[in-house]
Amino acid sequence: MKIVVPVKLVPDLVEELVINDQGTGLDPMWLRYKLNELDEHAIEQAVLLKERAGAHVTVIALDIDGADDALFTASAKGVDQLVKLCGDFEQGLNNHALAGLIAKLLRQAPADLVLTGVQAHNDLDGALGALLAGFLKLPYVGYVSGVSLSNDSALVRKEYPGGLMAEIEVSLPAVLGIQAAERPLSYIAFSRIRQAMKTATLKEQFLPQVPPAVQVVGRMYKSESGARAMMLQGDVDTVAARLVEIFREAGVL
Amino acid sequence: MTMAPVTQRPSFNDVFYASLQKLPEGENFLACLQCGTCSGACPFGYLMDFPPSKMIASLRAGFFDRVIKTDLVWMCVSCYACTRACPAKIPLTQGLMTRAKEELLLAGNVPTELQDALENSQRYGNPMGESPRRRAAWSRGVEPPVKIMSQARQPVDVLWFVGDYASFHPRVEQVSQAFARVLNALGVNYGVLGPEENSDGDSQRLAGERGLFEMLAEKNAQAFARYSFGEIITTDPHAFNALKNEYPALGINYPVRHYTQFLADHMAQLKSLLRRSMKARVTYHDPCYLGRANGVFDEPRRLLKAIPGIELVEMSHSQETSLCCGGGGGGMWLDGYTWEKAHVRLSEWRVREAVAAGAEILAIACPYEAPRFEDAAKMVEKASRLIVRDIAELLAESIGE
Repeated sequence: MKIVVPVKLVPDLVEELVINDQGTGLDPMWLRYKLNELDEHAIEQAVLLKERAGAHVTVIALDIDGADDALFTASAKGVDQLVKLCGDFEQGLNNHALAGLIAKLLRQAPADLVLTGVQAHNDLDGALGALLAGFLKLPYVGYVSGVSLSNDSALVRKEYPGGLMAEIEVSLPAVLGIQAAERPLSYIAFSRIRQAMKTATLKEQFLPQVPPAVQVVGRMYKSESGARAMMLQGDVDTVAARLVEIFREAGVL
Repeated sequence: MTMAPVTQRPSFNDVFYASLQKLPEGENFLACLQCGTCSGACPFGYLMDFPPSKMIASLRAGFFDRVIKTDLVWMCVSCYACTRACPAKIPLTQGLMTRAKEELLLAGNVPTELQDALENSQRYGNPMGESPRRRAAWSRGVEPPVKIMSQARQPVDVLWFVGDYASFHPRVEQVSQAFARVLNALGVNYGVLGPEENSDGDSQRLAGERGLFEMLAEKNAQAFARYSFGEIITTDPHAFNALKNEYPALGINYPVRHYTQFLADHMAQLKSLLRRSMKARVTYHDPCYLGRANGVFDEPRRLLKAIPGIELVEMSHSQETSLCCGGGGGGMWLDGYTWEKAHVRLSEWRVREAVAAGAEILAIACPYEAPRFEDAAKMVEKASRLIVRDIAELLAESIGE
């Protein structure tokens, strides 16, 4: 069983986000990247499937600041192969283009199962899995929180709104968008990550050309505050009287 | 027929026991009398499946693997109460408990909330997951301004290692501002590392994350090496412990003092500045890593007594027998876990003692304590009027700066 987990590094929201001078995207100079949390769950689920039934797990990441750390941490968790996609994408790579590139790699070296985080906040169309499945013409199930494998199919648990769950049988190969791994993310002691940095091999794959963006962002801006909030001052009676007045003006009383 | 010798791989139990005996004073593990004093002195010994004495008994009986399968070792707050009480001088906190947590951590047996703090420390250099760029943001508004070494680019007499909570916790930031005002009033030439400072790593180490501790120490060492300073002072007893006792083994050697030691050395000058009288009964809580672990008991009390009007009273547990606030050894990041297991908070126990001593002010000298004791005071009967203040805050108030 070959499992491939393409992951994304996304802007870390701990840092303040700065919009570039053109007003079309984030200024990469101020960005710090972190592994998309749902991709961490996809890695955890892949390692769990490997532990249960044996599998060869590959994690693929773009060569963005922080990719090496994310990949070596994955190795310390039990991932077998680490692939870093290198090329000129300093200005970022939109999800359609990224999915196209990864689909090309997967056509050359097919996987039985592709797991990705079900969504990510780094771009429009953050759900890489659905795009990948589209390019590869493979079945796709998103919002998955449980996977059990048999020879040529997977039984997946999908979450629906309102607390509904469904069990869906998917023929393999397939792409799954992981909402949550079946167990909490495991903690990897830092000494183990350091060990992986010394022993694990990171395969660098150069991308010959980066396709142009299919979407163009017209304007990116921070949410603008309106002037609609009003703080009512005074004692309880004054505030209540004013509220009644406002409700009357609005026609709800 | 020749017989090949049968070699048996040593068990986890034996390897672990042997590793403990190789630690400084580790041979004392062989001298354990099984008197149980450690387990009695431990604030959570009553609920651990394997308190320290039982852990040693398990090692001797060869079933330490069972200990590692339980998770109540995480109740240990690394407060040194067991170590101080042990008649055989066994390195219980530093050796047994910390090593056991390391094994739990390697096995992935880690409560989620602790995991978050450790991952944050790895990624951001502080357990709260705050942006390292904002590490000196607390100092805005302090006049004269706090020198940030990368900007000032000049030698200082004193490098102040501020620490995580003093940099990022809104309540403890007030303590940092107060201490900066005290240093300014004394005319000390000091600076801080700001964004270049990382967590001292000591609590992470005591929570079993030795590798992370070493990484953080290396980052701090790189920052120290960039600048010229006479000595390091710190407002954080955990940083004090790390810099004094742990960093030297990693080749990071700098003279370091806790801020109470530094100020006690400036007593004559300080006294002339302490003009405002504060009529109050004050009791002092000895932080574990200033008092019990490092023997600093007098300086904080001398500073408090120097403030006009203050009457210092002692709680029933004080100095060597001081009670832990519950924040050490990773306890700061295990509040939910601790509550789930014990349904008590050590900080409330301490606040009850402060009330019983008739104190109006509970004076502290560790950044973990203001939030812990202030939260506890909300829960303890008759403690609603108890004021929790760092010694630095009381001094700043008396100086009137």
